[in-house]
Amino acid sequence: MTRAGLHALLSHWWRNPMQLFTLVVGLSLATALWSGVQAVNAEARASYDAAAATLGEGQFAQMTSDAGMIQQADYIKLRRAGWLVSPVVEGRLDGVRLIGLDPLTAPNGLGPVDLSDGELTVDVLTGGVFFATQDTLDRLSDYNVTLVPSPDVAPGVILTDVGTAQRLLDMDGFLSRLIVASAQPVNQAPLADVAPDLTVRTPQNGTDVARLTDSFHLNLTAFGLLSFAVGIFIVHGAIGLAFEQRRPVIRTLRALGFPLRRLVALIAVELLALSLIAGAIGVGLGYLIAAALLPDVAATISGLYGASVSGTLQLRPEWWLSGLLIAVGGTGMAAATSLFQLARMPLLASARPRAWAMQAGRGRLYQAALAVGLLILAALLGAFGSGLIAGFGMLAALLIGAALALPVVLDRVLAFGSSRAKSVIAEWFWADTRQQLPGLSLALMALLLAMAANVGVSTMVSSFRLTFTGFLDQRLASEFYVYADDADQAAALQTFLTSRVDKVLPIQSADQDIRGLASEIYGPTAHATYRENWLFLQSAPDAWPRIEAGEGAAINEQLARRGDIAIGDTITIAGQPFVVLGIYGDYGNTIGQVIVTETLFNTLFPDIRALRFGLRMDPADVPALSAELRDSFGLAESNMINQAGIKAFSLDVFERTFTVTGALNVLTLAVAGFAILMSLLTLATMRLPQLAPVWAQGLTRARLGRIEIIRAVLLALLTAALALPLGLALAWTLLAVVNVEAFGWRLPMYLFPLAYLRLAVFAVIAAVLAALWPARKLARTRPADLLKVFSNER
Amino acid sequence: MNARVLLLLLWPFAASAQGFAGLGTETDGFATPQSPAIFDFPTDHGPHADYRIEWWYLTANLQAADGAPYGLQWTLFRTALAPEQGAGWSSPQLWMGHAAVTTPDMHYVTERLARGGIGQAGVTADPFEAWIDDWQLTGPDFDRLTMTASGPDFAYDMNLTATGPLIFHGNNGYSVKSAEGQASYYYSQPSYTIEGTLTLPDGDVDVTGTAWLDREWSSQPLSDDQTGWDWFSLSLDTGKLMGFRLRQTDGTVYTSATWITPDGQTTAYPDGAFNADPLSTATVDGRTIPTRWRVTLPDRNVDVTVAAINDQAWMQTSVPYWEGPITVTGTHTGVGYLEMTGYE
Repeated sequence: MTRAGLHALLSHWWRNPMQLFTLVVGLSLATALWSGVQAVNAEARASYDAAAATLGEGQFAQMTSDAGMIQQADYIKLRRAGWLVSPVVEGRLDGVRLIGLDPLTAPNGLGPVDLSDGELTVDVLTGGVFFATQDTLDRLSDYNVTLVPSPDVAPGVILTDVGTAQRLLDMDGFLSRLIVASAQPVNQAPLADVAPDLTVRTPQNGTDVARLTDSFHLNLTAFGLLSFAVGIFIVHGAIGLAFEQRRPVIRTLRALGFPLRRLVALIAVELLALSLIAGAIGVGLGYLIAAALLPDVAATISGLYGASVSGTLQLRPEWWLSGLLIAVGGTGMAAATSLFQLARMPLLASARPRAWAMQAGRGRLYQAALAVGLLILAALLGAFGSGLIAGFGMLAALLIGAALALPVVLDRVLAFGSSRAKSVIAEWFWADTRQQLPGLSLALMALLLAMAANVGVSTMVSSFRLTFTGFLDQRLASEFYVYADDADQAAALQTFLTSRVDKVLPIQSADQDIRGLASEIYGPTAHATYRENWLFLQSAPDAWPRIEAGEGAAINEQLARRGDIAIGDTITIAGQPFVVLGIYGDYGNTIGQVIVTETLFNTLFPDIRALRFGLRMDPADVPALSAELRDSFGLAESNMINQAGIKAFSLDVFERTFTVTGALNVLTLAVAGFAILMSLLTLATMRLPQLAPVWAQGLTRARLGRIEIIRAVLLALLTAALALPLGLALAWTLLAVVNVEAFGWRLPMYLFPLAYLRLAVFAVIAAVLAALWPARKLARTRPADLLKVFSNER
Repeated sequence: MNARVLLLLLWPFAASAQGFAGLGTETDGFATPQSPAIFDFPTDHGPHADYRIEWWYLTANLQAADGAPYGLQWTLFRTALAPEQGAGWSSPQLWMGHAAVTTPDMHYVTERLARGGIGQAGVTADPFEAWIDDWQLTGPDFDRLTMTASGPDFAYDMNLTATGPLIFHGNNGYSVKSAEGQASYYYSQPSYTIEGTLTLPDGDVDVTGTAWLDREWSSQPLSDDQTGWDWFSLSLDTGKLMGFRLRQTDGTVYTSATWITPDGQTTAYPDGAFNADPLSTATVDGRTIPTRWRVTLPDRNVDVTVAAINDQAWMQTSVPYWEGPITVTGTHTGVGYLEMTGYE
């Protein structure tokens, strides 16, 4: 009996292949977008994990020298004084970061490298072995070492033994830094007695790459979730309709004595199977999306945050499992109401697919009330909420509220249009559109969300771009930057450069906690460069002149927000009180920053000498000076930064960001377009009884078809008009609420009307494309079929 | 992958398929002990880089003023990855230090690892200095030494004075380890008096007692079919006894012993003269380990029961083993140290 029941249920899909197609494609697309985005996120995170494991940063304190390098003799002195430290030698080889560790003393050994092969290990310690990803190894010239491809090593990093690194980097007798083990022995000589030049830097969250890049992942995840929501609208529609159309079958089965419980179970199993199939297809598609996006995402992240992400994708169980789970969960969510109704359905209830389609209209008042409630909640959360949870709660309330409000608002707009209609046909058009609204509302909600997400995310990304490039202009005001390796070289450089450029601006900094927050103190030379380029978010009157006179300090926004410091408050630097006169934006930085004058800085930190210099000069002379510095001082390329180069690089990074957002934009719009297409197709057959009388009264089929398209354009435009404010609200929430909560700084919001216009055009095109087929079908409906309506009323 | 696992593979003293700790491997290219043994002091107190493994192994039975017993271990192992020598980081010499303090209910243990060639660890013969990181065993000569070590939860600082001569095991220091003739150079200073301070979590404890220092080096001391050993050093009322039994895969054992009279006269005993049989076991780190033994040397009328002061004296190091102080009762009384390796 079960078999017969299953057969009867499944036969529905044979008779309505389009519905099955809608269900599977909708669910697949939703899963694909979700899992694609998750794949990119998972891959990027795995890369950071590899980086963290490779470097041991964040987890352990580090010992560094103000002079730059640490004498190996000091390392031995420290070990012999009871300091459990482990040497690190770092440098660049063919543009790749080379990290040498001592596997015997490093707290994490050689990080992710597998040393279970004894012979290989002997080679590591006494010969020379490079561990890196195949990509990285391919970039190297021959160094006469054993190359071992290791997928778990961070991209762009070679791990090797400290001795091998010293030899290849020409650093014999020197170390870059020391890792301090977390457990130290009870008897230990004070650091100041053993190696007074060295300082211990406690592990700081601020150096954690993952935190920095979280903002990027947050955006991607928000995008993925919205896309999935859009897909679930489609699935909900398809399942609901299928249930409604199967009522006769269900009724017959039950009349034949088929137990209700088993029937519900059968349908649940059927849906589970369908969702697993669709989920699997979706995960596969997601993989393709991720594979296409990853190189750009990788480049974006490495450009923005300096964190390297492997450009190749690995099939990670966490994301394909989550993809399948979300497909099944989403189907369950979409089918819950229908299954519940089925379980409570009277035995002989008749099928009412049309009524089902109109059903959304019935609870309109209730829906409107809920929408208004959610929007009020969003406003309240925006005004009074605090914390990341409130930020996300606000986003959710805003989006759901707006989606629920859409049919109500559209209905009012259409009613208004109807009241203004001059001709009979126009009046019929408005009334008919209004009457179709309930059947289309799910698809239109999907379109609304897709467009709002696009407006929101592109506003955010573009605002970020504008802010960041402006910030680069402000921060990289000098034409050329030079980094010295040590204090002696710095002194020589300064003398050498003073006669050759317009102005040498030493950049000196010291690390110090301000109100318990890790911060850097800068002491720039007073120069017009700073006055002209550094803009304050808030400042006391005459802030720059007063700071230059040594009357106070300027701090960055992060420090102001986290330390709750306002203009006029006092902070303590090196034991001395300073009044805060200005607060400036400092985007992308995770820790606090304070600026005082050079004179003051030298008094406060007499031991610190600038190793970095900003050079004001004619940009045309930069290449020549760069070559001269390389030849006379042996300065490496990495010690010199051409400002124009940085800017070009940053812009390139943003171009890639746009590629990613652009691709996601198109995909979500495609999903929404698909939703409209499917809704229109579903409605098309049901609507014949309403169109036949209009046709009979003289409206040609071709004209009816054209009216269908106009209707789609009208609805798309109306939805777009509503999506714009929603998208801007979304962007505002991301920039001014979520970003502040997550990262401590607020991004200014800029508007991009042209981009929004383009998006509206895309939405209309999507709607027209979606309406084209149903309209054509209508235009080609055989007159006989239309006539049948009059003879074959239900 | 951490240094622990790494060392397990590298250290010839580590558990491996062939014998305990890979000790039963080929000598490929390393020097091998020859009989008769000819020593040259103080040079031979220093390292022998052309041999694969070597150790400076000190254990002490201590007592606090209140009579509480303590055990102490200070060990420096050297292993060579290859017989060739290299300078700096590329030196094939590796060093491993183990330090422990045992009380009746606690066992503190810590480990240090170091590369040879960079000065982080090493041994010089004259003046004598053995060190790894801040741990030291040093003195103007082998008879007067100071010793320090520290870990995350303990430290000690000791002075040692030798009260007797060096003792040479086996055939004048050529100690055979199997019927096939695998051997090592092996001598001891079993008669140090020791006094100093233990720094423990509950505070400092002043202690006095006796200490036993073993020196041994070789390139392949175990036979392929030997899986581990049980080693005893006993300070008895009428003399001292060093005895060990090497366990073989077929269940038989190979034993060897040295009897030391109070004035330093030695008698070496061949396989079979010395017996050690487990009386009871304890569960230590998930393994079953014999912690009470019956030890006999019929030729000297020795028939004693040896019991661990603390059953849980497990050395949770790169190469784990059991090492702890013991008490002796029976025909003779005294104290001593027991080391057991190869219990999986």
